[in-house]
Amino acid sequence: MRAFSFERATSPAEAAAAVARTPGAKFIAGGTNLLDLMKLEIETPTHLVDVNDLGLDKITPTDDGGLRIGALVRNTDLAADNRVRRDYGVLSRALLAGASGQLRNKATTAGNLLQRTRCPYFYDPAMPCNKRKPGSGCAAIGGFNRNLAIMGVSDKCIATHPSDMAVAMRALDATVETVKPDGKTRAIPIADFHRLPGDTPQIETNLQPGECITAVTLPRPIGGKHVYHKVRDRASYAFALISVAAVVRDDGTGRLAFGGLAHKPWRVEAAEAKIGDGAKAVTDIALAGAKTTPQNAFKLPLVERTLGGILTEARA
Amino acid sequence: MKFDKPAGTNPIDRKMVIGKATDRIDGPLKTTGTAPYAYERHDVVANQAYGYIVGSTIAKGQIASIDTADAKASPGVVGVVTWENAGKLGTSHWHTARLLAGPKVEHYDQAVAIVVADSFEEARAAAKLIRVQYKRADGQFDLAAQKASATKAGDGADSAVGDFASAFASAPIHLDQQYTTPDQSHAMMEPHASIAAWDGDKLTLWTSNQMINWAVDAMSDLLLIPKENVHVMSPFLGGGFGSKLWVRADAMLAAVGARVTGRPVRVTLTRPMVFNNTTHRPATIQRIRIGSDKDGKITAIGHESWSGDLPGGGPEGATNQTKKLYAGANRMTALRLAVLDLPEGNAMRAPGEAPGLMALEMAMDEFAEKLGMDPVEVRIVNDTQVDPENPNRPFSQRNLVGCLRKGAEAFGWNKRNPKPASVRDGRWLVGMGMASAYRGAPVMNSAARVDIDRNGVVTVATDMTDIGTGSYTIIGQTAAEMMGVPLDKVVVKLGDSSFPVSSGSGGQWGANSSTAGVYAACMALREKVAAKLGLDPKSAVFENGTVSAGGKSAPLTDAAGLSAEDRIEFGDLSRKYVQATFGGHFVEVAVDAYTGEMRIRRMLAACAAGRILNPKSARSQVIGAMTMGAGAALMEELVVDKRFGYFVNHDLAEYHVPVHADIPHQEVIFLEEEDPTSSPMKAKGVGELGICGVGAAIANAIYNATGVRVREYPITLDKFVEQMPRVA
Repeated sequence: MRAFSFERATSPAEAAAAVARTPGAKFIAGGTNLLDLMKLEIETPTHLVDVNDLGLDKITPTDDGGLRIGALVRNTDLAADNRVRRDYGVLSRALLAGASGQLRNKATTAGNLLQRTRCPYFYDPAMPCNKRKPGSGCAAIGGFNRNLAIMGVSDKCIATHPSDMAVAMRALDATVETVKPDGKTRAIPIADFHRLPGDTPQIETNLQPGECITAVTLPRPIGGKHVYHKVRDRASYAFALISVAAVVRDDGTGRLAFGGLAHKPWRVEAAEAKIGDGAKAVTDIALAGAKTTPQNAFKLPLVERTLGGILTEARA
Repeated sequence: MKFDKPAGTNPIDRKMVIGKATDRIDGPLKTTGTAPYAYERHDVVANQAYGYIVGSTIAKGQIASIDTADAKASPGVVGVVTWENAGKLGTSHWHTARLLAGPKVEHYDQAVAIVVADSFEEARAAAKLIRVQYKRADGQFDLAAQKASATKAGDGADSAVGDFASAFASAPIHLDQQYTTPDQSHAMMEPHASIAAWDGDKLTLWTSNQMINWAVDAMSDLLLIPKENVHVMSPFLGGGFGSKLWVRADAMLAAVGARVTGRPVRVTLTRPMVFNNTTHRPATIQRIRIGSDKDGKITAIGHESWSGDLPGGGPEGATNQTKKLYAGANRMTALRLAVLDLPEGNAMRAPGEAPGLMALEMAMDEFAEKLGMDPVEVRIVNDTQVDPENPNRPFSQRNLVGCLRKGAEAFGWNKRNPKPASVRDGRWLVGMGMASAYRGAPVMNSAARVDIDRNGVVTVATDMTDIGTGSYTIIGQTAAEMMGVPLDKVVVKLGDSSFPVSSGSGGQWGANSSTAGVYAACMALREKVAAKLGLDPKSAVFENGTVSAGGKSAPLTDAAGLSAEDRIEFGDLSRKYVQATFGGHFVEVAVDAYTGEMRIRRMLAACAAGRILNPKSARSQVIGAMTMGAGAALMEELVVDKRFGYFVNHDLAEYHVPVHADIPHQEVIFLEEEDPTSSPMKAKGVGELGICGVGAAIANAIYNATGVRVREYPITLDKFVEQMPRVA
């Protein structure tokens, strides 16, 4: 870990300005991901701006019947919130499928969106990685990539986004609210928040330098059965091989987003029209253009089978 | 005390303390966080500095140059040690690869430097500033690709009885299959850690090590100092599973760092470093051939195993159990060893039998299916009471059949549907599987010293280690039984090279051997006590703090101040008899019919392993090993990057071991057994038996549930999900 300076911000706009004016500065909230990466010197911030005291830890109703989730709401509190459990069950279930109780107690809503890939080559500074060191190459392509991406990959990077929460947020059409260093705010649809790797896998979101997440809002509840099925190599405390966030209504309509497949939560709205035709009809569209390796090709049938189970049980 | 004749009746047979389920006497120290583990010993020596090890980023080649200038100038740094300034170092026959590289690099993450600084954080930060230039050489990292180049793995690598080839060829039922097991990491809770301090040319090492005397030996050889100048202490370990049988880089580089900088140095391996810097259980490719008559009696059995290691290393003895487990007149085993430039392969819990039985017991399941016989019955039909390779040599005791029958009954094996993929419970496919368990019961000479103080407290000192197994408690129970005092009147001191040399902990020999050493010392002390009290030593009874003989008695405290030391020395009983432990594993699994996710629902082990000294800690050993076997069956695999030559998944987020949610209710049944040939304790060992066979029992249950046979461990869902029947 490199030495760094530290300050506590007192407002979101001030936090944004503080990060923008200091080269190499980063926000720190729960620290559940950033601190590990700093110890390995995969992240080497020169300055940390602590956003824990900004009062962004409330969950409040929005005027249009949705919920505004403060950026600093802890994963544990969000999963346990009665309104979330009642109206956005897929989100609560996704949160509880992630990490461990201890990590969820510290991890924040905004931090969860910003967590970095778990690609093992990203985690080993001795190995090439275009995300960690742009231009150094990708050791995962041609290496151990069993749990890496099959959708939206590039020849620079096949990393996945590790979040469960974000997959549910994507299915729910959440919106990310931010404040920029100049004090202006904006709302970014979650579909546009994360990026595909392309030629710049080191740039993972569409946030501008210093831009600070203040909240994530959920639109009014859409009803339906809420399911989050995370398939992994052990029963708990593992990243998804694949996951499916599903909201299925009695009339056969619904929402589907997938985790463990791409550099961002994967959702193809057009595929949702096929829910009534079964899992294969959905995945034929949602997973069209998949680019698999011999190690991770199993994800295609696994998504279809997992979705098949969800749709069968939702109809039952 | 020589032990060369089967034990007769002795004071242990009273079983007033021995054989009783007993809480760990070191439990309160552990639950209150006051048990002193190596890395936390802030108090033992002043002015400790912190060492941080830098590992090689190539698997094979040479160090061209090391630039340490920036590291040395970094805040808090006391010194940097590399091969260039480490001074003359020796080699130890306990290690295949050197613990400090230079100029030659033998494997990835082999230590190339240690940075010593005032704090851990300063040492770690400075370590990142060391720039090493390498000359990379091509290496061999792929066992399957090197299989053809493998050679006979030393003397004793092969065995043959009868005419296997023709018996197999002519057998009406045969099975010929290949199985693979991956490289595995011990993944114990406590990483390797040491503190080293010099006083002149005398070294004190506080470390985490299973074999104190081997540690003394190795440190002496590595540092080129006499053994008597080395003092090693390791009173508590947070697990080892074989990875701490030998000192590792933490110990040697703490000592070298301390010698170069003049400060006591404390070093832990970071978790990501444990996987490539230390040892691992090597991967195997195994071919098993079984031939029989239609009645299921084996006429030919062959087991070949290929593994790899660095030049000069050894094989994984995956054929061990096949020499002993089942009858059959015509048999062969062979071990083949390839050169691989991966980190050093070595012992991990039940080396040989653990991966060997994963293959053999899956083969037996397939063989039973070919015969149309029940898997339990086919094993019983092939039981033997003599060494199948040497029928003149009987087993000292062998109750495999009892384990299988009793286990099957307790588990409800008769409810198993032999037709695969035919039991549904909602979205789950349910299956049952079983396997035999076999593990040798080796013994090692072991010494102890026992004394009595004026309060009647009996103190045992031996360099035996407690690696989480419960050694403190069974040694205390042994002394309590022998000296006729309650357990709370016994003090047990372990893990210090100033104490008499014990068996140490490994190969599941520790419990039987070390308590037998305590037995020997107690017998010597009893004679001294009786003599001092004027009692006949032959007939003296030690009970309730009193010694009685011939109608006279005296309190044990009258013998205060007496002390005795002795060593159990094992004779040739282990050559006259095959001494081994046996078990039967029974498992029920559920497999998600859609996704292939697997959940173990029940596990049961029935074990015959000699006298069980402490049923509570013995059960803990068996269920811990069953848990480890579940990891081996379902998830554990060090993934080799065959381009760079290293284990990619080198942390506990990526190298999966079971979590609580993976492990269901576990039941353990111990069959009544006492083995008079094993030692005066009549015990054997259970620390490794529990992992033997359980992986195959799980694999066989998955097959029974799904109808898909996966012969490449671990059985992850990607290997079979596409072959599972489609669900409506």
